[in-house]
This record gives sequence, structure tokens and C-alpha cells, in this order.
Amino acid sequence: MAGKVIIDGNEAVGRGALLAGCKHFFGYPITPQNEIAEFFSRELPKIGGVYLQSEGETAAGFMLFGGTLAGARCMTATSSPGFSLMQEAISHMAVTEVPAVIVDVMRLGPGAGTTQQGQTDYRQATKGGGHGAYRSIVLAPYSVQEILDFTQWAFYLAEKYRILVIILTDFILGRMSELVDPKPLNFDHLPEKDWALVGKGKKGGKSKQILSGLMAPGGIPGYFSHQIEKYNRIAETETKYETCLTDDAELLLVAYGSSARSSQDAVDMAREKGIKVGLLRPITLWPFPQKAVKELGARIGNILVVEDSPGELVEDVQASAGDSARVSLLNILARHNPGPQGLIFPERILKEVKSLL
Amino acid sequence: MTKKEITKEVVCEPPRTRLQSIPIMNCPGCHYGIIIRMICEVIEELGIEDRTIGLGGGGCTGFWTMYFDLDMYGGVHGPGLAIATAIKRVHPDSIVFAAQGDGEMGAIGLGYFMAATLRGEKITTIFLNNACFGTTGGQMAPTTLLGMRTTTTTQGRDPKITGFPFHGAELAASMKGTAYSARMSVHTPANRQKAKKALKTAFEKQIAGVGFSIVEFLSACPVNWHLGPKECLDFIENQMIAEYPLGEFKNVDYIEHLSDG
Ligand SMILES: Cc1ncc(C[n+]2csc(CCOP(=O)(O)OP(=O)(O)O)c2C)c(N)n1
Ligand code: SF4
Repeated sequence: MAGKVIIDGNEAVGRGALLAGCKHFFGYPITPQNEIAEFFSRELPKIGGVYLQSEGETAAGFMLFGGTLAGARCMTATSSPGFSLMQEAISHMAVTEVPAVIVDVMRLGPGAGTTQQGQTDYRQATKGGGHGAYRSIVLAPYSVQEILDFTQWAFYLAEKYRILVIILTDFILGRMSELVDPKPLNFDHLPEKDWALVGKGKKGGKSKQILSGLMAPGGIPGYFSHQIEKYNRIAETETKYETCLTDDAELLLVAYGSSARSSQDAVDMAREKGIKVGLLRPITLWPFPQKAVKELGARIGNILVVEDSPGELVEDVQASAGDSARVSLLNILARHNPGPQGLIFPERILKEVKSLL
Repeated sequence: MTKKEITKEVVCEPPRTRLQSIPIMNCPGCHYGIIIRMICEVIEELGIEDRTIGLGGGGCTGFWTMYFDLDMYGGVHGPGLAIATAIKRVHPDSIVFAAQGDGEMGAIGLGYFMAATLRGEKITTIFLNNACFGTTGGQMAPTTLLGMRTTTTTQGRDPKITGFPFHGAELAASMKGTAYSARMSVHTPANRQKAKKALKTAFEKQIAGVGFSIVEFLSACPVNWHLGPKECLDFIENQMIAEYPLGEFKNVDYIEHLSDG
């Protein structure tokens, strides 16, 4: 218990970022992530950092870009409509390969949608909402502890590969409180940021010019071959997922984030009844654990995807499983209530599991 | 006929902060080259090149990124002042400047411009007013003069449809967080002297941590004005200055609650 604290997922973002040495936050308020901005506005001035409330999310995105370009560890957090506004900046971050970190606390639906629970931005986060065929690493925590840990991990991954890392949480994960151990994590040594714009005096008089364009040596093929190589290296090295009780499973649940929590409960309930269900939880949504889905799918033959969306994750699962497994979907229509408070409860998942076995 | 002896003598070295490996890629008669040199000279005279970080925009100032032997970024159209804000905030000891076209300042980036002045960001903006979108081929800009023909106002700019010319320097001067705002031109030697002085003052305000500083430059765009370089000078003298008066609109050494010290 020593040192442990009860905090919600949004505060865990802030605590994780501070442990990672993040000193600057640029953002614009939006529900359900306001607690993150409020946390930073309180804490950053104490450590000589900057909390700056921008004139909107387009500006927040470009401020994050500018601060990161200048070599500082900084971040922003937003929710779905704000994340849409950041796509232009994200595309410029991609071409200049700055190692930024963004937390997207998803809320439901297109437009203003609701301010409450939903997982309807999987495709936007994983396939890229901006132009130019870039990739971002997408981390999907499912507990407050993971939010705290993954925020630290995100800075490491971003700087290791010079890539944007998106931490995808949602209303439930951001607002639920759990007991966590706020410990700093240790990662490998990171490369020097010799590309950063800090003023040439700090770099022995050697200046750097960075143009937001395809200016790599080797022209267009040079730029894209470097990107392809980098994305392949990330996919090989960093793909992460968790499995639970899959050894003897006759049906495999696949779910991420808050839906993985409900699915985990459904697995426990099923096992008590002797129903052999397992869970595969993608932790990196990109790179997606294609191989694991394919292998487990082929062995078990029966997959049920659970997501609080019309069906986005299911596309990646189908593409990975191919013909080797039957893939079914329990989607947003399975919510217990037609209002914005609706949720897919473990009991509903269990019912679906039974109908498939 | 006897061959005339040609002797070469260096009368003026290029500024050392002008990266000689990259030739200036402007159209003939463009004033941007004069302004680029002026920025180099001012930065050198102020002794700030080691801590200066510069931004080009996403129009014809995009290539400015490559011209300076300074830490530079450019190539995005519009959000220059948001990016400059963050760079300055994370490195308060640095000197940050942003070159921005009139499309950027008056159209796509107007919000970023106003927000930066509202916050009194301690950055220096170099606003290039050539009364059109240069890069994209001479379309109407917010600064296009009334009646002026462009590729998107072929009958001349009509205020009933597109409103009135954009006065960036006056707008900036009206904001509390602005320490210095001036509009200058480089179309005559005398004006160049004044413009350089204004640019230097703008940087000095940033060095002293007073507040936001901006110099708007009237600048010729011969290809898109469809005028020869000499006619461009006349156009600036007779048409541009009539709409956009030259001078300082604000010059203060201290802004309460904002300035350093
Ligand atoms: C988001 C976006 N919209 C539009 C453009 C196309 N574009 C590039 S430069 C420019 C206007 C250039 O005019 P100005 O800002 O006045 O700069 P100048 O070229 O005259 O220096 C436009 C519309 C772009 N690059 N990015
Ligand atoms: S288009 Fe106009 S502003 Fe751009 S380089 Fe040519 S003359 Fe200069």
C-alpha cells in the first residue's frame, strides 16, 4: 500500500507525464478531459514549466509541435472533436518526425456527439485523421495504473522512434478512480535530440533548417523508404497485447480499453460457469497485434469482438484473422440503455458468448 | 580595340547569417531578398544569432527557412505564430521571429495572430504585405487593394463581396500586449534605412522582454502584379502607401503586468 494513491485516469495522465519529465502542456478545455488540463495548470508552474491554454485545438496542436520541435518534452490532451482539429498539426509532426505525445480521451459520436462514453475514434486514431500516409503509435490502456505507466512509456517510444504517440482513453477510463502505484519507470537510453531547434549557440554554432516537406536525402523514395523502414521496425519491436485464459478457450474475445475491462469481467463470469472463454487485448492499436490474432484465431476458430462503436476494431481483427476464424461483433447496439449513459455490460457480453458456443 | 581591364573589388560581403549554399529563389524584382538581408544584418548587429530561432511561413516565405544560418523551421501555411509562441515559451531565453505572408496574417492565420497579440507573446513578427497570395499564383489576399485585379478578382476587388483591405500593423498596435508595431517599405534607399531601424527596434523589444513586436513590410510581387520591377516601385509609392500609411503605430518600453523586469 505504501506510496499508493487513489486517483482517476485523467489525473494519472498528469502524474505519468510529470514522472516522465514533461514540463509543458498546451491545450484547450473539452469534456471529458478537463481534469488533465486543470492538473497541469496547477502543477507545471511549480516546476518552472508552462501550462498554456491555447485559442483552440488547432493552435494547441501547433503549439505542441513547436515545443517539441524545440526539443522540449511537452504534450496535449483533448477529446474527439478537439482531436479532429489537431489533424493538420499531426500531419506536420509526421513529416518533420517530432516526438510528440497526445492523449485523446474519446467521447461518443461524430460532431458534438455526446460528452460521455464511446469508442468511436478507433479508425481515426489508428489509420490517421490527417493527410500523407503517416503512422502514429496508438496505446490503449485499460486501467488507471496503465494510464500512468503508458504516459511515461509514450514519451520513451516517441523519442526512440521520433514519432507521434497517441494515448487513447475514454470517458470511463478518464473518470474512474483506482488505487495506483505512482512509480517512475526506467527505460533505455534515448538518442540525443541533435535535430531540435534550440538556437545554434547551444550546438557549437551548427544551425539546423527544418522544412515541412519531403526534403530527405534520396528524394521522394528516400523519404518513404525511411518511413516504411521505421514503421516496420516499430511493428516488429513494439507490438504489445495481453492474453487471458486463451489456452483452453473455445471462444476468443477481442477488445481494447474500457470494453476490455467489461470483457475481462465477462470472461471471469463465464469461467465460473465452466464456459471456456479467453480474452485477447491489443495494447498497441497501431502496431496492431496481427500475428497474435491470426494464430489464436486459427487455433480457437471463434472470435467475438466487443467494442463500443458500430464496428472499427473488428475490421483489423477480420483482416488479421482472415479465413482462419469466424469473427462476430458485439457493438454499440448492445448497450443497456438508449441514452448517452448506455454501456455494454459484462452480462450482455456473456449472453452473446453463450449464443456463439 | 584594346581590351578593357576588369578589376573586381568586394564592396559588400554577404551577411554571415545568410547561408551561402542556398541561392535566393525569388522572382526577379521581388523585395523579399532585401528584407532577408535586412533580418540577417539586424540579428548580427544585435549579437543574437546564437540564440535566435526563426520561422518561415507556408507561402513564399517557406523557402526563407533555408536561407539563414540560424535554427529555422518553415513550410506550414498559417499557424506560424502558434508555433513561435511555443518555441519562445519553452526557451524563454531564445529570440524567436516569424516571417508571415499576408494570407497567413490576414486570412488563414488571423486567429493565431490575434491570439498571440492578446497574450502579448514576446516574439517578433515580420509581416510581408504584397497585396496578394504570391506562392499560389496571385489570388486575392486580405491586403489586396480595392479595385485591384487578381486571379480571383478579375474585375477588381469589390468590397461588397470581399470586404476591405487588412491593416495588420494598426490592428496589432491596438492590442495591449503589443510593444512595437510599424509599417515600413523597402522601395527606396531612404525607406530601407527606416525599415532596418524599425526591424531592429522590434527585435530590441523582444530582447528587453517588453511584449509582442511586429514590422509590416510593403513588398513588391512583380509576377503577380504584372508589373516590371521599376513600375512596382511606383505602385508602392502611389497606390500601396495611400492605403497602407508608413510609420510606427506603437512603441512602448513597458507594458504593465506583462513586461520583464
Ligand atoms: C492549409 C493550407 N491551405 C492552403 C495552402 C496553399 N497556400 C500556400 S501559400 C498560400 C498563400 C500565400 O500567400 P501569402 O500568405 O500572402 O504569402 P506569399 O506567398 O505572398 O509570401 C496558400 C493559399 C496551404 N499550403 N496550406
Ligand atoms: S511570387 Fe511574389 S512574393 Fe513570391 S517570390 Fe515571386 S515576387 Fe516574391
